[in-house]
Amino acid sequence: MSTIETRELNVYYGDEKVHALKNVEIKIEKNKVTALIGPSGCGKTTFLRSLNRLNELLGATTKGKVIIDGKDIYDGKEDVIQLRKRVGMVFQHPNPFPMSIYDNVAYGPRIHGVKKKELNGLVEESLRKAALWDEVKDRMQEIALKFSGGQQQRLCIARALAVNPEIILFDEPCSALDPVSTAKIEALLRELKHEYTIVIVTHNMQQAARVSDFTAFFLMGELIEFGETKELFERPRDKRTEDYITGRFG
Amino acid sequence: MTGNKKITEKLVMIGMYVAAFITVAALFTVVGYVYVKGIGAISLDFLLDYPYRLEFGGIFPQIVGTIYLAAVCLLFAVPLGVASAIYLSEYAPDNMITGTVRFFVECLAGIPSIVIGLFGLIFLVHYLGLGISLLSGGLTLGFMILPWTIRASEEAIKAVPGSYREASLALGASKWQTIRNVVLKNAYPGIISGILLGCGKAIGDTAIVLFTAGSGLEWFLPMAITDPVGSLTVYTYILATQAHTEAGILRAFGASLVLLTMFFMVTVTALYLRNRYVRRMSGW
Amino acid sequence: MGVLERVRIFKFWKMGESIKERLIEKLLFLLSLSSILIVFFIIVFMLKEGLPAFALGGEFFFGMTWHPATNQFGILILVLCTFIVGIGALVLATIIGIPTAVFLAEFSPEWLRNIIKPCVEMLVGIPSVVIGFFGLMVLVIFIRDTFGGWGESILAGWIILAIMTLPHVISISEDAIRAVPKAYKEASLALGATHLQTVTRVILPNARSGILASLILGMGNAVGETMAVLMVIGNPEIPFIPESVLEPVRVLTSTIVIEAAYMIWGSTHQHALIALGVVLFVIVALLNAITTVMIRKGMVK
Repeated sequence: MSTIETRELNVYYGDEKVHALKNVEIKIEKNKVTALIGPSGCGKTTFLRSLNRLNELLGATTKGKVIIDGKDIYDGKEDVIQLRKRVGMVFQHPNPFPMSIYDNVAYGPRIHGVKKKELNGLVEESLRKAALWDEVKDRMQEIALKFSGGQQQRLCIARALAVNPEIILFDEPCSALDPVSTAKIEALLRELKHEYTIVIVTHNMQQAARVSDFTAFFLMGELIEFGETKELFERPRDKRTEDYITGRFG
Repeated sequence: MTGNKKITEKLVMIGMYVAAFITVAALFTVVGYVYVKGIGAISLDFLLDYPYRLEFGGIFPQIVGTIYLAAVCLLFAVPLGVASAIYLSEYAPDNMITGTVRFFVECLAGIPSIVIGLFGLIFLVHYLGLGISLLSGGLTLGFMILPWTIRASEEAIKAVPGSYREASLALGASKWQTIRNVVLKNAYPGIISGILLGCGKAIGDTAIVLFTAGSGLEWFLPMAITDPVGSLTVYTYILATQAHTEAGILRAFGASLVLLTMFFMVTVTALYLRNRYVRRMSGW
Repeated sequence: MGVLERVRIFKFWKMGESIKERLIEKLLFLLSLSSILIVFFIIVFMLKEGLPAFALGGEFFFGMTWHPATNQFGILILVLCTFIVGIGALVLATIIGIPTAVFLAEFSPEWLRNIIKPCVEMLVGIPSVVIGFFGLMVLVIFIRDTFGGWGESILAGWIILAIMTLPHVISISEDAIRAVPKAYKEASLALGATHLQTVTRVILPNARSGILASLILGMGNAVGETMAVLMVIGNPEIPFIPESVLEPVRVLTSTIVIEAAYMIWGSTHQHALIALGVVLFVIVALLNAITTVMIRKGMVK
């Protein structure tokens, strides 16, 4: 179980031409759902991706500290592979591999050398946790791309769970889904927080209000306000937060 | 719309049908002619005998030679080409240098094979003293298809969506694990299809083989990689231009038929794989 | 960003990766380096070997006589004939290829397209010696019997090369036509234009650069094509400027094939042949480069 703490976190893209995150300091609590909200381009996805160092794929430069369980993941000693094992991620668009359901879930464990005889149990457990088991248990060998968007997204959640992470990052996981699938994923999030620390980026303020315990509001790369969701939505301290949640911009 | 306009439209439509028909007819005429003329030459003796006195005997060494040449060519070009493609698309930084390299590769893909054949003749055969041989021929063919292999593999690798790579990395897979298990696993039908198309080029090439591998009429199988080797293309070329008897021309047709058949088998497999690959990538 | 910072970032990229990972990257790097070196080496080697012939200067580039037996190596007529054969073939290929491309992209029913398209793809790779052989046995004899002359002629070269250029022209033009945004087409149709009017007024003008690119690429292929042309154009001992399409000609590629067999090692003749190869390479590379640039530009637009 993990807490995440950032100190003077700054992220730049393209040789410091774009300053995407400015001095972000936040403390994310374990076994809670923390929502990141804000208008497009405010840095919330950049922040999310700095937590598992996936930003580096896009050529980002990171300064400052991200401390997970008391260890700075940017101190140069952290093994990025171990980090990503501990910090799972679910993406905006469902992106299952073009393999069978089973192989998708088993992909991570296989990479990390889980023994063959343990795989079946692990796959089933992960699919159960992702509330997908009953729908796919007879179709394990079918190719994942044939399933609906919502099922694919829950498969991606199961895939992330299978490597046994402590933290799971969700990057607008419902933006490509219909309302029924969205409701299922939200219910799932409330379930999962008992075992995992969850950080979710969302465009949808109702969603943030429904699923999260804490909410962080980002604007132009800065963390404007952070606090308990109820508090933040009912009594925002900052004028800009108020403008945003009452729909005056963004 | 006036009646005149309608007639023009009709005529243009007919013109397009005719053009499309001519295209298809060109293929069927050439192929059909060769098959009709060549089928009379095909017999077990023809396929399994050795040629003698210019225009007699069979083409066994030529069939085997063509396969050997393609094999040496692929052994050289495939590892280099696929590795280069992986490096260029997955590791190399996206800067001026890779851009230039890519531009050169693209230019080289268009170099006439005759120029590469000339290079093979002068550099491999003479300077390095490899002689007219299976090795010289295979390597030179390899030079020819190398840029194609790189390009086809790169295209196949690029067609694998970036979201797969992200998903794999986010699960804690290393870069190479991601490339091997996700990128290559999805790109391989495309890569193989590109390799097969290159193989078809190698099988069908005449000029390079004529310059570097042998005179076409070899009546023996190569015992070493430094021996000269016959090929169906050069055999066809020599007989077509130098034989003046019915027997010689018939054998040239027979050899063309075998050559075309080999070529079609390779190409049809390649096109089949590519179509399957395209469908898979578009989510079927 | 300071140097120290850079080093730090560089480091943790590396820290996370095991030694095996780094070895694989190094290996891939070495392999791709060697394939690029091969490419460069071929070009440099050919340039260097052709140098003695290039040193002849005007005598080489503008000389009218190519006659190795008397040490005359003027390439002008060869280049001229190469273009005569190439351009004629391209015109034929255009007349048939562009309408076929339009048909495939816009008018063909799906089932017919599924027949024509594979045929076009097959035609690309048919071994040129087979097409040349067909030309020699059918076309040359037909021309001789119908129009007189030797039969081995510019005309035969045009037709054979057109068959070989056709698939390139068709594939790239079709792609260019398909790349035109659907919205343009819909807008035109909504204004009451017929499908054909839409194609000629809206789609073709927008696909212009792609279609032109396909023609230039086709030209490159025609100029570089060797065996099929060689077998049907006659190749007179001393090249001359032809006066009719029924006369035989010599082109760059056929000269290389015919004379490489008896060139004397180390002679000016050898250097001149390599120089021919370089000239050919430069022409084709230029045409290809133009095509690449045009296709890219078309895509950006």
